[in-house]
Amino acid sequence: METLKKEKIESKKKETLRISGAEAIIHCLLAEGVDLIYGYPGGAIMPLYDELYKFQDKLTHILTRHEQGATHAAQGYARVTGKVGVAVATSGPGATNLVTGLADAQIDSTPMVCITGQVPRELLGSDAFQETDIIGISTPVTKWNCQVTKASEIPEVLAKAFYIARSGRPGPVLVDITKNAQFEEFDFTYEHCKGVRSYNPYPKPDPKSIISAAELINSAKKPLIVFGQGVILGEAEEQLKALVEKAGIPAAWTILGLSAMDTDHPLNVGMVGMHGNYAPNVLTNECDVFIAIGMRFDDRVTGSLATYAKQAKVIHFDIDPAEINKNVKADVAVLGNAKDTLGLILPLVNPNKHEEWHNIFKEKYEIEFEQVIKNDVHPTKEKLTMAEVIEEINLASGHKAIIVSDVGQHQMIACRYAKFKQSKSNVTSGGLGTMGFALPAAIGAKMGAMDREVVAIIGDGGYQMTIQELGTIFQNKTPVKIVVLNNDHLGMVRQWQELFFESRYASTVMVNPDFVKIAEGYSIQAKRISERKDLKATIQEMLASKDAYFLEVCVEKEDNVFPMVPSGASVSDIRLK
Amino acid sequence: MEKKWFTISVYSENSVGLLNRISGIFLKRHINIESLNVSKSEIDNVSKFTIVVYTTEDWVRNIVGQVEKQIEVIKTFYHTDEEIIYQESALFKIDSSLLFDERNIQNIIKESNSQIVTVSRDFFVLAKSGRRNEIDDMYQQLKPYGIMQFVRSGRIAVSKSEMQISALLKEFNL
Repeated sequence: METLKKEKIESKKKETLRISGAEAIIHCLLAEGVDLIYGYPGGAIMPLYDELYKFQDKLTHILTRHEQGATHAAQGYARVTGKVGVAVATSGPGATNLVTGLADAQIDSTPMVCITGQVPRELLGSDAFQETDIIGISTPVTKWNCQVTKASEIPEVLAKAFYIARSGRPGPVLVDITKNAQFEEFDFTYEHCKGVRSYNPYPKPDPKSIISAAELINSAKKPLIVFGQGVILGEAEEQLKALVEKAGIPAAWTILGLSAMDTDHPLNVGMVGMHGNYAPNVLTNECDVFIAIGMRFDDRVTGSLATYAKQAKVIHFDIDPAEINKNVKADVAVLGNAKDTLGLILPLVNPNKHEEWHNIFKEKYEIEFEQVIKNDVHPTKEKLTMAEVIEEINLASGHKAIIVSDVGQHQMIACRYAKFKQSKSNVTSGGLGTMGFALPAAIGAKMGAMDREVVAIIGDGGYQMTIQELGTIFQNKTPVKIVVLNNDHLGMVRQWQELFFESRYASTVMVNPDFVKIAEGYSIQAKRISERKDLKATIQEMLASKDAYFLEVCVEKEDNVFPMVPSGASVSDIRLK
Repeated sequence: MEKKWFTISVYSENSVGLLNRISGIFLKRHINIESLNVSKSEIDNVSKFTIVVYTTEDWVRNIVGQVEKQIEVIKTFYHTDEEIIYQESALFKIDSSLLFDERNIQNIIKESNSQIVTVSRDFFVLAKSGRRNEIDDMYQQLKPYGIMQFVRSGRIAVSKSEMQISALLKEFNL
């Protein structure tokens, strides 16, 4: 019977079929190309879970250990595949537990659809068991959200949800479905959403702005490109590389732009922002044309706006009109998908080398190498540094691994030192800075890219925020590699306390459990090292393992991450120590 | 940057929850909504929000960008007071005895160009449309006699320049 129904749906999409709302949800997901979802069952979403049971050969459901884990796993999956991640939860606490993941996906433009169960329509507003106004709660952290109270509304709303989540500047969408709507039967048909009349996801590039931008680039003596995730989301990596190479422009990246361009490319000049590289930060205030591509001038990138790139003409490529002139005034704004706009500008740009200008980047790199990088990556002190762990992973993986980082010092070190050859390889919580992101996100990333090595780099603090997801790894035998860089502190906050609060370490010292025993409790192979002599072999062993592997590296307890642009300072005032 | 009065006009779909979404944009920026009116617009099935804020032009631009970004919002404009024709409406409920006992009340009604909406044994209701200061003046004049109830609407406004929504909708229509 089931197969008959399914075949009918697949062969003749327009033909109606009398099914329940819950079964309709499954058919909608399948029609959108979804084969993997994350979630956690509960009362108000049980009809959907009953259908998931019946359709388990077509649609895999991964039971996480917390709804937040489901959202981050869906995000990790979306970030490495470019597809929409899906998370499911019940009403009330199940739904509220999605909020952090929604906010994270909203600020990092990650396509995600969350489906929540809701109390039956007749109980709405009665303070029923596990009733919460998740539409009201999730409104500021979703690109769109919608409550469905009738089964017949499900196909159209879900089609719209997927269209909105993935189109234009992607983002999270939440669809709240009352329990009665999941039970009700109706005549099901499915049509993909092709547009919403009030929503224009792909603004047409204005030819005048393309010409103005090309003229400005051609006139530049000291141009600087800073690219962000817009390049990855718009799949504009080839166009970016072509522009950089043809016009000979040094290109730097935001942490969400990382991996859009080979980290070893000779024109890749590193990371901008608070803990970014010295050269691109300082030279932001010396360039004559600043070319922003798919980035949004976050305060962690710009430092003080009053002194940010004031000498430069600014060209801003972005798909989102609301980002233009939001933080930094653009002299030329080029609206559109980066793949299209960069493609249009490429033939108009003159070949150039800017050798002298590029040499200034090299000189500044040498300063940073001597004062920071050398000591980070090749330390002479006894204790291990975070950077040498990352460097060993680079060596052992051949720059091919997907690196999923959490939030804090280890994240900045991972972003600074990890090497990438391939796009969509750096997964981190950039905008929201969500501690606890990495472990579940790594599960999603691995499931989205089973043929690739996925290494989660996590601090001892963030690890304990979602440590229960070890259960998900255990149950699904997900072969992720987990590296906890343990300094027994909330390291980034401790660093700020040292630098700006006269070393008053308020609540940043952590007394940690035996992480190896915990991993072993989940039958995950686990090791702890604290000496340099064991580092290389252990990392090699970890990467050679076909199964999940947990590695705790005890690192120097009170190391600081440099360079650093102190909060609110100018990017030119970046500190090397 | 100097703070000014701005009137924001939002053309949108008529959907549940959109008001919450729009007001949240002001809340996030700690900007108070001084007046809010929601009504139908000149286009069938398109709603119009008229929102008044007192802030800088930078902020109003930022807000307009964020509002326009919402899926169900078609187009958003902002104008200064000089660029629009605007009005508010008010209702005053007053004790009926005053209409006969206080000669001055009748003068106030005449001079303020207000209308008597209803008269009953116990009370009568005055309606007044106009600028905020005209309504405030009338309020001050009536206050000494006792106002039983008073209410004033949000600002409604039309712009002197064109707001091209129909053309935009045609472009969007797929």
